[in-house]
Amino acid sequence: MSARDEILARVRDAVADVTTPPRAAETPTTEGAGAAGPAAGPAAGPARDATLELFAENVADYRATVLRATGEEVPAVLADVLAGLECRSLVVPSGLDPSWLSRLPDAVVRVPESEATSHGQLDDVDAVVTTATVGIAVTGTIVLDHAAGQGRRELTLVPDIHVCVVADRDVVPHVSDAVTRLRPSPGSARPLTWISGPSATSDIELQRVEGVHGPRTLVVVLVSEPTSKEGPGDAVPTRGGGH
Amino acid sequence: MSPDPAHDRTVGRGAGQAAYPPVQVTSPTFVGMPKFPKAARAELANAQQRRNLRHATHTIRDKRAHVVAEVDDWEALRVKGADAKDEALTHLADYLERLEESLTANGAVVHWARDAAEANRIVVDIVRAKEVDEVVKVKSMVTQEIELNEALEAAGVSAWETDLAELIVQLGHDRPSHILVPAIHRNRKEIRDIFLREMGAVGRPAPDDLTDDPARLAEAARLHLREKFLRAKVGISGANFAVADSGTLVVVESEGNGRMCLTLPETLISVVGIEKVLPTWDDLTTMLQLLPRSSTGERMNPYTTMWTGVHEGDGPQEVHVVLLDNGRSHVLADRVGRQALRCIRCSACLNVCPVYERTGGHAYGSVYPGPIGAVLNPQLRGTTSDIDRSLPYASSLCGACFDACPVRINIPELLVELRGKVVEESGPTPESTAMKAAAWVLSDPRRLATAQKAATIAGRLAGGRTIRSVPGLGAWTNARDLPTPPRETFRQWWVREHGNEDA
Repeated sequence: MSARDEILARVRDAVADVTTPPRAAETPTTEGAGAAGPAAGPAAGPARDATLELFAENVADYRATVLRATGEEVPAVLADVLAGLECRSLVVPSGLDPSWLSRLPDAVVRVPESEATSHGQLDDVDAVVTTATVGIAVTGTIVLDHAAGQGRRELTLVPDIHVCVVADRDVVPHVSDAVTRLRPSPGSARPLTWISGPSATSDIELQRVEGVHGPRTLVVVLVSEPTSKEGPGDAVPTRGGGH
Repeated sequence: MSPDPAHDRTVGRGAGQAAYPPVQVTSPTFVGMPKFPKAARAELANAQQRRNLRHATHTIRDKRAHVVAEVDDWEALRVKGADAKDEALTHLADYLERLEESLTANGAVVHWARDAAEANRIVVDIVRAKEVDEVVKVKSMVTQEIELNEALEAAGVSAWETDLAELIVQLGHDRPSHILVPAIHRNRKEIRDIFLREMGAVGRPAPDDLTDDPARLAEAARLHLREKFLRAKVGISGANFAVADSGTLVVVESEGNGRMCLTLPETLISVVGIEKVLPTWDDLTTMLQLLPRSSTGERMNPYTTMWTGVHEGDGPQEVHVVLLDNGRSHVLADRVGRQALRCIRCSACLNVCPVYERTGGHAYGSVYPGPIGAVLNPQLRGTTSDIDRSLPYASSLCGACFDACPVRINIPELLVELRGKVVEESGPTPESTAMKAAAWVLSDPRRLATAQKAATIAGRLAGGRTIRSVPGLGAWTNARDLPTPPRETFRQWWVREHGNEDA
């Protein structure tokens, strides 16, 4: 008997006492993914403000820097942040709004994603600027699905500075909201990276130390107006709408 | 307690087990381990380690308590977590088939391994085909369980552990002593010494001016490992969760070493215990709340990577998944014991355990130490060795582990069950003989009266002295004084005072 058949036979045999059928399979259909997807925009109002406030607070609690800006302010904020971090080069994900980097000094080297083909090349770059697909208030988490504007996974891993622009409409209150939004559609599943603060370790005497292998500096720019961000989120017609 | 008698709980098993025994073969590292009390005595003598452990377990305990208290209904979340795992476990074959189907549809290659040797063979064959002499590894309990590093070493392949604590253990030629923080028994000064002494032999040396500041130590690890990450062609991982309906594997980590290993190499091999399956994507909602708060005491761990087979143009383009049994189906066959398979390896039970806090992890004789190890190892490996027979007793049954467990594994219940099993298997002992005799005496008033009368003889012999030890019961009476039997029983007194009218 093959290993597969033997293991399956053993586990079937092991639970011969169980008579209940398996839970009804909640098949992830494209329909379901669509309904629970980006269209479920958050309502405006005090609850909304509290969610954004909590998100900012929890991101900062993990010693990431949180900045708030309007859509028009993004280029200036990015220029300030990167200058403050003495960034001399950055890798630019395909699909990132080009206007966002318009205020950077010419001296800052911009490496397009398509040209950053080796790991060593990324290791020589100081920073990366991306968007995110969802932010989670209760945990201070940003999630990247590495679609347009977010780059391949290694882009946000190898450089030491990660600046992430999060649209406030993409911030959800709970982990469950994010999981629902991120449900992979069959046949076109995306890789996901959940990020809560900069790289950290508690391996030495359980004392938290920020900065091991991932970016040691994480800056989250929370944008309070719809931006010209590209990617799947663009299908959302209204800000704070959907209700 | 289960209403089923212990011997009746195990349901039938399939055929063909001659070549692959149902239980796990104890890995070479732990063969011949002395029983727990003996190993613990040696560990307890290490005052530095006891201090390190006390400091670390108390720090993490407080952090966990703080973030668990933030959640409105933690208990409801625990129940949901237990239900999701039970659903997967009680229909494991269905969900494994579903997982295989989803993985394959997304471009991953699925392998099945009955035991450690088979899993190691599969991994070594893949690595050999890639013609590499090194691999980078994400911290993984299951690859420690099967001693994959040793198997790779034997095949001429260096396996670099990349988690900081695993690196400390590997460089220190040491063994892990905790599920989450394998170097918990080491303090910063010891770590500095290990880095200075060992890093140079296997790669970039530690800077000469290295101090014992944790930030400097983490920096040294960053520099040492970076070149290994950037050049590695093959990465090896485990998985925290394997989602059956979507085919998604999940690795939860902190440092970014996991992301490096899961993203940069061309080939990724993930060894996944069959109990890691979750039925549906939505179950991640529960697990991603339970795990970080229970393990590192954070609202969310810094990094979680989720991948679904091969993602074109992003990350490894060759993805292998090895689904491993290695004794798990044997545990599953036990109606009470199977709940141990819910374990998500958070290590909350270790951090609250008064026994673990003092002995540390090495005395448990397995990569799974602490309360969960005490119930998992004797089930996975059977109860034929000294260490596995003694593990169910490595507990005061205080119940703190059950309270802390995010998936409600009733560890004290399992410990008692396993003690019963060990006693049953070990045949008559002086203790069980004495207990049987006591049961015989106590079940009949006349026998009891006779025995009580006999005891007064001992009472008269002892006089007013305290009986401090009884020949033949040395160990038990070492720490206990025996109450001196009375010179007269109650019945005798009654007859003397009132005559025999009511007797």
